[in-house]
Amino acid sequence: MLGRLTWNAIPWSEPIPLITAGVIGLALASIIGLILWRGWLPYLWREWITSTDHKRIGVLYCGLALVMLVRGFSDAIMMRAQLALAANGAPGYLPPDHYNQIFSAHGTIMIFFVAMPFVVGLMNFAVPLQIGARDVAFPVLNAVSFWLTAAGVLLVNVSLVVGEFARTGWLAYPPLSETAFSPGVGVDYYLWSLQISGLGTLLSGINLVVTILKLRAPGMGYMRMPVFVWTALASNLLIVAAFPVLTATFAMLLLDRYCDFHFFTIGSGGNPMMYINLIWIWGHPEVYILILPGFGIFSEVIATFSGKPLFGYRSMVAATMVICVLSFMVWLHHFFTMGAGANVNAFFGVMTMVIAVPTGVKVFNWLFTMYGGSIRFEVPMLWAIGFIVTFVIGGATGVLLAIPPADFVLHNSLFLIAHFHNTAIGGVLFGAMAGYTYWFPKAFGFKLEERLGKAVFWCWLIGFYLAFMPLYVLGLMGATRRMQHYDNPDWQPLMILAFAGAVLILLGIALTALQLYVSIRTRDKRRDTTGDPWIGRTLEWSIPSPPPAWNFAVLPQVDALDAWWVEKQRRHDGTEAAAARPFVPFHLPRPNPTGFAAAFCAVVTGFALIWHIWWMALIGLAGLAAVGLRQAWQTDTEIEIEAEDVERFERAHLAGAAA
Amino acid sequence: MSVAGTPIEEIPLSLRGPAPTRVLVGYGFWLFLLSDIIIFGVFFAAYAVLSGETAGGPTGPQLFDHGRVLIETACLLASSFTCGMMAIAADRRARAGTYFWAIVTMALGATFLSLELAEFAHMAAIGAVPQRSAFLSSFFTLVGTHGLHVTTGLLWLAVMLAQIATLGFSPAVQRRLLCFSLFWHALDIVWVGVFSIVYLGAH
Amino acid sequence: MDRSADTDSDGAKGAKGTPRDEAPGAHGTGRDRFNAYLAGLIFSTILTLASFWSASTGAIYGPGVPILLGVLAIAQMGVHLVFFLHISSAPDQVNNFLALAFGVFVVGLIVFGSMLIMANLNHMMVPMDKLMQMQR
Repeated sequence: MLGRLTWNAIPWSEPIPLITAGVIGLALASIIGLILWRGWLPYLWREWITSTDHKRIGVLYCGLALVMLVRGFSDAIMMRAQLALAANGAPGYLPPDHYNQIFSAHGTIMIFFVAMPFVVGLMNFAVPLQIGARDVAFPVLNAVSFWLTAAGVLLVNVSLVVGEFARTGWLAYPPLSETAFSPGVGVDYYLWSLQISGLGTLLSGINLVVTILKLRAPGMGYMRMPVFVWTALASNLLIVAAFPVLTATFAMLLLDRYCDFHFFTIGSGGNPMMYINLIWIWGHPEVYILILPGFGIFSEVIATFSGKPLFGYRSMVAATMVICVLSFMVWLHHFFTMGAGANVNAFFGVMTMVIAVPTGVKVFNWLFTMYGGSIRFEVPMLWAIGFIVTFVIGGATGVLLAIPPADFVLHNSLFLIAHFHNTAIGGVLFGAMAGYTYWFPKAFGFKLEERLGKAVFWCWLIGFYLAFMPLYVLGLMGATRRMQHYDNPDWQPLMILAFAGAVLILLGIALTALQLYVSIRTRDKRRDTTGDPWIGRTLEWSIPSPPPAWNFAVLPQVDALDAWWVEKQRRHDGTEAAAARPFVPFHLPRPNPTGFAAAFCAVVTGFALIWHIWWMALIGLAGLAAVGLRQAWQTDTEIEIEAEDVERFERAHLAGAAA
Repeated sequence: MSVAGTPIEEIPLSLRGPAPTRVLVGYGFWLFLLSDIIIFGVFFAAYAVLSGETAGGPTGPQLFDHGRVLIETACLLASSFTCGMMAIAADRRARAGTYFWAIVTMALGATFLSLELAEFAHMAAIGAVPQRSAFLSSFFTLVGTHGLHVTTGLLWLAVMLAQIATLGFSPAVQRRLLCFSLFWHALDIVWVGVFSIVYLGAH
Repeated sequence: MDRSADTDSDGAKGAKGTPRDEAPGAHGTGRDRFNAYLAGLIFSTILTLASFWSASTGAIYGPGVPILLGVLAIAQMGVHLVFFLHISSAPDQVNNFLALAFGVFVVGLIVFGSMLIMANLNHMMVPMDKLMQMQR
């Protein structure tokens, strides 16, 4: 009746997941209780859950990422604590079986449910504003994409309470991930939650590419787009090209597991190495999907807080597109040791070194932007400077690992772990935090509290170095990744140092939450009344904070790079006062429950497939079909906004800004 | 650089501002199709790598019937043509013509599917099932995924006929018919790869 | 959204390329489009029959057959793209063409890259009997 689901799926005998589940359950119940008691549900349903507004959806993505950061980080600090303890015969407190699930969940959550949503959320929020558009190309599809990602998040979190998670690491290599060696539900939770959220990501990629290429304001040719938009374009092109590879590869592993196929099995002709080859064809572009928007954010931040135009715009654009293409030509460096010949390894080693060159071009452009500028050390700029130093170190160790003989020694050691955390934290996380701080006033109408923001930065910066520099040393001393205990006592002091770093990062995360709370409580002190709190250069700073649903009262007519900066110069100089263009009526998409409903059906289907409850899976699929058909017959999908409404809003905003 | 008064033909496409909805939908769906073709690319790669791994079981030349594949190809190619005829009728908002060519397309697609299902059934009957070897796993996945897409296409076309009947040739319906045409032609392109590499290329 | 005169045509008014640029039947009358589909059907049929013939005949040098099949397949895909999907070098088709080029590049990398790498791995693999010997 219920497939292989039984009461034993709940981990009654394991205190840690049981207590965690209890705490999370209590927290969720309190939040839902609060919402219902205060009567907030109609507002939430109308304005957030069914929203098709890219600004709302961007905020939802970033919120999801920050919440999942807590879960992913708690996995991390548990691992660091275990390793600080488990030296030379001491067992630590985490049994190996449990430890394996924790490092698998840590990687999966951080990449798919923290980094990806954060980056996609920031692109969703800022790109339409920077190109002078009213929304993305397909607003309803945008909502579907977010909710499918949330569906994946839900499934991963359910695995903590009902069943188990994969023990295979975050990429689930066969043969370990095949049924023979992972007969439980763990790998299935992993595969289905990622297939569902992966579909959301692919649709979001298509949406943003079309938006950037086809919805720019009049006059904004390609070489007048902000650099963040260029990096968003490259990142989303990579999403459209790479995520199908993930989908297809996981589909083959699912066929092996569910239908006894032999793609990656040992025996009957299967080849596990093919999985590793395919998954890294996705995996390498994935890291560029994550870092490119970070680069774009830093380009905006550094130019803004140096008070100068970005140095070398054309070379930045060229470097971005070169990285986009080259990111597909280096993937074998993830498995140098799998047994390819020297020629093949050498080719990919050289290509990996080549791809460092355009990144180097970018770093020099940022430095030359800062040189001669009047630098304002606001919080986003601190993140940028921290990033330049940290990411260069991480990139350098990457070039070191690109040498196959070196990689033969260091593959899967803690040196590798240190390298990719160096680039992921120093690049992606620092970029996300910079973007979060930078665009927060635009989204909500008030800035985040600065002192706490600086404290968060320093905790992360010092905490990162304390946590990961020892890992470089440990890797060179021979320590491997994914180990639950070790017998070399010389390693323990470094492990303890790493744990201390993790504690500092924990403080940083706690302060982030505190900062948000304090900022909201004291928001009147830091209101953004002008819409341009940072003296920005790009179009998003030309509209009120928070923007009206339609973003721009009149679509801007662009004729230069850094369009808002140029406009401000003209107003200041009194030259060529822009002829007041008339307000015109337009349509906005209505709120739409399709996204939420589709995700609900996806969760039902995914859960059913994981537990082999076939009738429930059919119901879930039927639900999806019903949601699709209902959407197909929707004819009243837009709200008409009259010119008078826009005019009224603009006058009120100007009055408020003057006050 | 003022744009006021410049005739629109002289403004480069990239500077004209937001594109019409039909262009957005067409381009977005084209990108989706390319992502779908990359999925097929992965299955082709798996087939190319694993096609020799027959694990002592049946091989391609033993199983494949070129005559049947030629008829399947003819059906699909003809259906691409009739889909084009349907698109012309839909552009002219000719209901009868649209229905007629749509039904012919569906019939040809259904014929293709029934021939393919018959092939699969025959293979299963002689023990050439996907569980037998990596070669058969990759064959059934590649060809089966294409068949699933054809099935989805036929269901989609049926829904489109219902939409025309109830909503008429509204702009939204026209855009969806455009997407269907793109999809259907792309499926024929994938089939060209399938019959060339899988069936004719088997040795 | 304010779309400038939401027409049904591809691209804003006046986006048409010169007659040289455009794919057959891309715009214009039903007659042009009908001819494009008919031409596509005829060319595709010829290429299909050529493929089937070359696979079954002994007249072509054996090792050359896969290459010929590949060429015929690519040609037929091109016929489909031009005559059925109206991909061309016209200005309003540039984005479509670039997206296609990127897709073809990626598919080529995936298929040929995987084939090369897996062949190299298999070639470098220690033979099974030697491998078993190493275990003792």
